[in-house]
Amino acid sequence: MLKRLLMSREALLAGAILLLLAVISTRFPAFVTPQNLGNVFNDTSPLILLAIGQMIVILTKCIDLSVAANLALTGMFVAMLNVAMPGLPVPIIITIAISLGAVLGMVNGILVWKLAIPPIVVTLGTMTIFRGLIFVISDGKWVNSHEIGDGFKAFTRATFLGLPTMSWIAILAVLLFSIVMARTTLGRAFHAAGGNPHAATYAGIDVGRTQFWAFTISGALAGLTGYLWVSRYAVAYVDLAGGFELDVVAACVIGGVAIMGGIGTVMGAMLGALFLGVIKNALPVVDISPFWQLAISGGAIIIAVALNAQANREKGRIILKRAEHAT
Amino acid sequence: MKRRTFTSLVAGLSLGASLLGTSAMAQDNMRIALVVKALGIGFFEAAAEGAEEAATELGNVEIIYTGPTDTTAEGQIEVINSLIAQGVDAIAISANDPDALVPALKRAMQRGITVISWDSGVAEDGRQMHLNPSSNALIGNMIIKLAADHLPDGGEVAVLSASATATNQNIWIEEMTKVMGNYPGINVVSTVYGDDLADKSYREAQGLMQSHPDLDAIIAPTSVGIVAAAQAVADAGKAGEINVTGLGLPSEMAGAIESGASKSFAIWNPIDLGYSATMIAHALATEAATAEPGSEIPMGRMGSVTLDDTNAAAMADPFVYDASNIDQFKSIF
Repeated sequence: MLKRLLMSREALLAGAILLLLAVISTRFPAFVTPQNLGNVFNDTSPLILLAIGQMIVILTKCIDLSVAANLALTGMFVAMLNVAMPGLPVPIIITIAISLGAVLGMVNGILVWKLAIPPIVVTLGTMTIFRGLIFVISDGKWVNSHEIGDGFKAFTRATFLGLPTMSWIAILAVLLFSIVMARTTLGRAFHAAGGNPHAATYAGIDVGRTQFWAFTISGALAGLTGYLWVSRYAVAYVDLAGGFELDVVAACVIGGVAIMGGIGTVMGAMLGALFLGVIKNALPVVDISPFWQLAISGGAIIIAVALNAQANREKGRIILKRAEHAT
Repeated sequence: MKRRTFTSLVAGLSLGASLLGTSAMAQDNMRIALVVKALGIGFFEAAAEGAEEAATELGNVEIIYTGPTDTTAEGQIEVINSLIAQGVDAIAISANDPDALVPALKRAMQRGITVISWDSGVAEDGRQMHLNPSSNALIGNMIIKLAADHLPDGGEVAVLSASATATNQNIWIEEMTKVMGNYPGINVVSTVYGDDLADKSYREAQGLMQSHPDLDAIIAPTSVGIVAAAQAVADAGKAGEINVTGLGLPSEMAGAIESGASKSFAIWNPIDLGYSATMIAHALATEAATAEPGSEIPMGRMGSVTLDDTNAAAMADPFVYDASNIDQFKSIF
């Protein structure tokens, strides 16, 4: 049991992150102070939230490329809402952000479920549509820091027990979805729908509907992150979080989520996000050329996928043992 | 034979009449059209304000502020055709496309209309001269000067650029490096790249503060970077300690000036630009100056410009914005 736990993918990844931190500390010791590690975790929180949503989508044999555009559209919407109605309290803004994100996710889900269009095509399309919509609603203009209300910006900067709210939200999401994935019917359905769709159908699981809910959860998390993002960086514009969907998919892949579906854990997605987060935060301080930074990030992803492929390679099975002995 | 003489005489007379006609009109009121990329953009509204200022100063000048409703070359061609039909004296245009407008503008010049471009240029064939808001050398000098002005005893500055391959930013940083000798005691300790993404720029600014605890200023010659760096400095509680400066837009930087994370920053002033374009168009249309390489064209309170080999010129240093004037400009652009 203990051996299995130590050899698990999560433990290996946690070990890799510690090793990475050790290497970084030889070049820049201040990086591993608890204060800075807290900052790194806080900075990675949006990636963790999105990676959880993406993991659930990938579990069901789908992919959601529209997360970053969803984040940006929701972020721009709530920012403009805040400018138009400065009195709106933050809890209501957060509720609106989650709802809008969920609705955008449902659009993906409906297209995949009812029209059976391949998810990569659907979300590529909605990604562009969402980005276009941001331009339409904002007229291409920015929402700037002095226009955004103080309450709106203060939420992500408030601290509770030494950690900023954004970190707490990420921790709560990890706990919540760990339970959902392990202990609820829907959670198990996600695994089943991607692991073996035919068997899932025979077991009475509607694969399409399960995929729909996966997209909805991913959308809702993207919407929540949209608010957090704008609150933290105090600016909203069309290209907000441009290209971030690739980081999210990368975090999942590094975290051991099988791109073919069926395999993946919330803990893995979180560790994958943290691995990328540590690299992203360390590269600026260890003074490496920006061109190498890209190569290093890419190299980390390929190594992770290679390890994944090794670990998941199925050994040949003998299906007719008696027949083998007979010959 | 006789008939031919008669026709040429008639032609000569009508030509003379039309010449008389135009010169009479010019004395009456000179009409200068300020054509912008699209109507309803704060930056261009401000330029029109500057053009009106120049018109008042010159007297006898009427400004026609016009442009398409969206930023397309086709829209601008329609506008140009209608201006040719109206027989304006000069067109000063900020182009949506450097090449597509050339035929229409050539036609305008054949009709004796003075054509200049400003802000966003037209290919050489399609205009008599082009007025750049500033030059790479002036910008490079300005961004280091902004940092140095607040560091009389010298100090450490870092550059936060857009992407490592961004042409504009690289040229400006190169120009900045050339004049570093004029600012003794100022050391550029690092150059980092935020890729014009808010999150990456924010993280890079945080990284700069960590790896250089004595940092005094961050220079960001890019509008996304300067805003993100100012936010990172304010969040780290170092506003006032580290000065974020560079190139940004007043509407986007108003919060940073307010929080004290940025003491000042620069960008061209659209009012001055509209003013200078009008002054130059007037000088060329009245033939007080000619558009040829090396010639000097006066532009009122903005001094004068000298044209280079491509008949282009740079107006002035970027305009500096700080707490004293940010409120005036933040609603403009």
